[in-house]
Amino acid sequence: MYHKEKSIQIKNSASALYNNLSVLRIAPRSITYFTVVHANTVSIISASWDGLNYSHRQLQSKEPNVATSTSLIMQAAWCILRSRELLVLTSQKGIQMYEADGSIMVYWHALEAPETPTAQAVFARGIAAVKENYVCVGLSSGGILVFDIPSKGDNIILCEMLEEHKESVTDMASECSGSQECIADMVSADDSGTLCVWKSGEESQLLNKITGFDMGCSSVKLWKGTVVAGYGTGQIRLYEAVTGILHAEVNAHARWIYSLDIAPFSGLLLSAAEDSFVRVWHLALTPESNSMEISHMYNECVTDTQICGAKFCDGDGYAFAVTGYDLGEIIRYTQT
Amino acid sequence: MSSRTLPLLFINLGGEMLYILDQRLRAQNIPPDKAKKVMNDIITTMFNKKFLEELFKPQELYSKKALRTVFDRLAHASIMRLNQASMDKLYDLMTMAFKYQVLLCPRPRDLLLVSFNHMDAIKDFVKEAPTILGQVDETYQQLIEIYTPLSSGEFQLIRQTLLIFFQDMHIRVSIFLKDKVQNSNGRFVLPTTGIFSCNGEEVSRVQFPSGGNYSSALRQGSLEMFGDRVIKLGTNMYSVSRPVETHMSGASKNSGQNSKMTTPNPLAKEELNMLARLMGGLEVQKAGNTDNGFRVNLFATDEEEEEALMSRPDELSYRVLNIQATKDQQSDAALARIMGEFSEQGDPAPDTNSSKGDDLLAMMDMM
Repeated sequence: MYHKEKSIQIKNSASALYNNLSVLRIAPRSITYFTVVHANTVSIISASWDGLNYSHRQLQSKEPNVATSTSLIMQAAWCILRSRELLVLTSQKGIQMYEADGSIMVYWHALEAPETPTAQAVFARGIAAVKENYVCVGLSSGGILVFDIPSKGDNIILCEMLEEHKESVTDMASECSGSQECIADMVSADDSGTLCVWKSGEESQLLNKITGFDMGCSSVKLWKGTVVAGYGTGQIRLYEAVTGILHAEVNAHARWIYSLDIAPFSGLLLSAAEDSFVRVWHLALTPESNSMEISHMYNECVTDTQICGAKFCDGDGYAFAVTGYDLGEIIRYTQT
Repeated sequence: MSSRTLPLLFINLGGEMLYILDQRLRAQNIPPDKAKKVMNDIITTMFNKKFLEELFKPQELYSKKALRTVFDRLAHASIMRLNQASMDKLYDLMTMAFKYQVLLCPRPRDLLLVSFNHMDAIKDFVKEAPTILGQVDETYQQLIEIYTPLSSGEFQLIRQTLLIFFQDMHIRVSIFLKDKVQNSNGRFVLPTTGIFSCNGEEVSRVQFPSGGNYSSALRQGSLEMFGDRVIKLGTNMYSVSRPVETHMSGASKNSGQNSKMTTPNPLAKEELNMLARLMGGLEVQKAGNTDNGFRVNLFATDEEEEEALMSRPDELSYRVLNIQATKDQQSDAALARIMGEFSEQGDPAPDTNSSKGDDLLAMMDMM
């Protein structure tokens, strides 16, 4: 179904962090951006579609205070908003927002950190763009910060803090089908596997809380009103977002799942885990039962690589990209 | 990231160090009483009460260099001496072994079982020395108290922190190459057959074409002080007939990135903080000071050792910073505290009139 393409070399290998690959496709310029986190640096690679031009840029986690030790980055992701794209970095020290190409930092939000380190780590993790002008970021405390992003400029405003999670937020996602009918437009997951389903906006509203089973949910997606969640057990679960009804459970991987992605136009689901496998699934809504069904389409083994990031490169799932711990490259696969 | 990582890093690396030293002491036919003294001295130092109090405080990991300095001191806490090349090799072996264990443990919580395998082995090393055994047991208790309540997410964060620490280290180890768990490019082999990472009932099995072949999960190992740990990661893999070896040349292309992590930075001195100072204070026995001193070699011959030192790639050099602990006012205070600690342990208090350095030396001699 897919074949391996020429891979993209990255200057620094990928760290073992959840969802450690982000992809941004810029059609007018026929290029695709990739970003991968390595300890305290982020590699941004722009690749032209003809495969001839690659350019690299490195971003460091900014330190408000140089006397402290270097801060590690937890995640980097592009947020597509109504009239702009932002690159959002979350670290132990705070949240940085850059213009899409990483050239200019437009916003910095520092996390409150205690003077001496406490047993509870402090960091931000989980990034989602919602409703055209909001960026939501999860925190180790379980809180979620909602930022209002203007159509241009740096007048970014922190408009609210949602406090429902009891454990560190792991990942967040917004409804990706583009459907206006879905009431729920955002989902967040945490270390205990709890999922919160939100109607976001000026004043976000918690629609449903799906309790976990004491196993972290590391990656979550929302598509056509269905929550797709990947867990440390290697399982994928499909829940109806608003009701919390479990539609399907798949023992998809032998090890901890690190990344999920959905191609919204085709309903393809990508899952990747520490077991070195990346798998492609197909999601389909059956009208009779109004439930979501999942079927296995394809799998690929990236030999001896604990995969930490996997993303589709387009909305149809025609191509996907993968990277793993200690790996100095991004491997691409394209449909045959 | 996780501020709970350092104790596990220290104990597991320390455990690996003891396995290797134990093997070398036997392979070089060091008299049993001397070998025992070396093991006992190092374990005593490793589990020093004050030192562990510092270690268990929530904190970020130290730099690679600071940690290497700590282990330099620890390896020389007794009458045994290692020269630079042997010490480099020892540290390479320790770190690659623990990296392998961190990478391969099926569940992040298994890190605790790996640590307990090391602790069990350490207890076995000192089973005839009740005082030291008591020290080790105290740490055991502390590990159980702190780590067993942590969630799977917190363990995953610890594991991710360790993996960042070990990132881009691809030194090839002969024992791993022989066992086919490491490839010639320095990457570890990840099995696509074996066990599932979680417990649970298998409802129905659907095989995906070439999707790996897994059987149901192992039962959870014991997290008590005594018990079956089930997993073998972290147990002793060395024996006299399985010598320790590394292949430095041709380490993978990524090894160059190591140098970035080890280049001196303006904060390096700052990073060599309390931990290193405490350890620094514990190095008191100079080989020349005692007739009992001897040198252990991690290579087959002295020539090989010398060659390894000359041929070691620059990027793998740790450029160990020597800490002059006794010349540092602040660490004098730390030393004084440790001294207090030693005298509380029932050893006769040394003559307090002599200089601090001599006192500590005298105390160590008495141990």
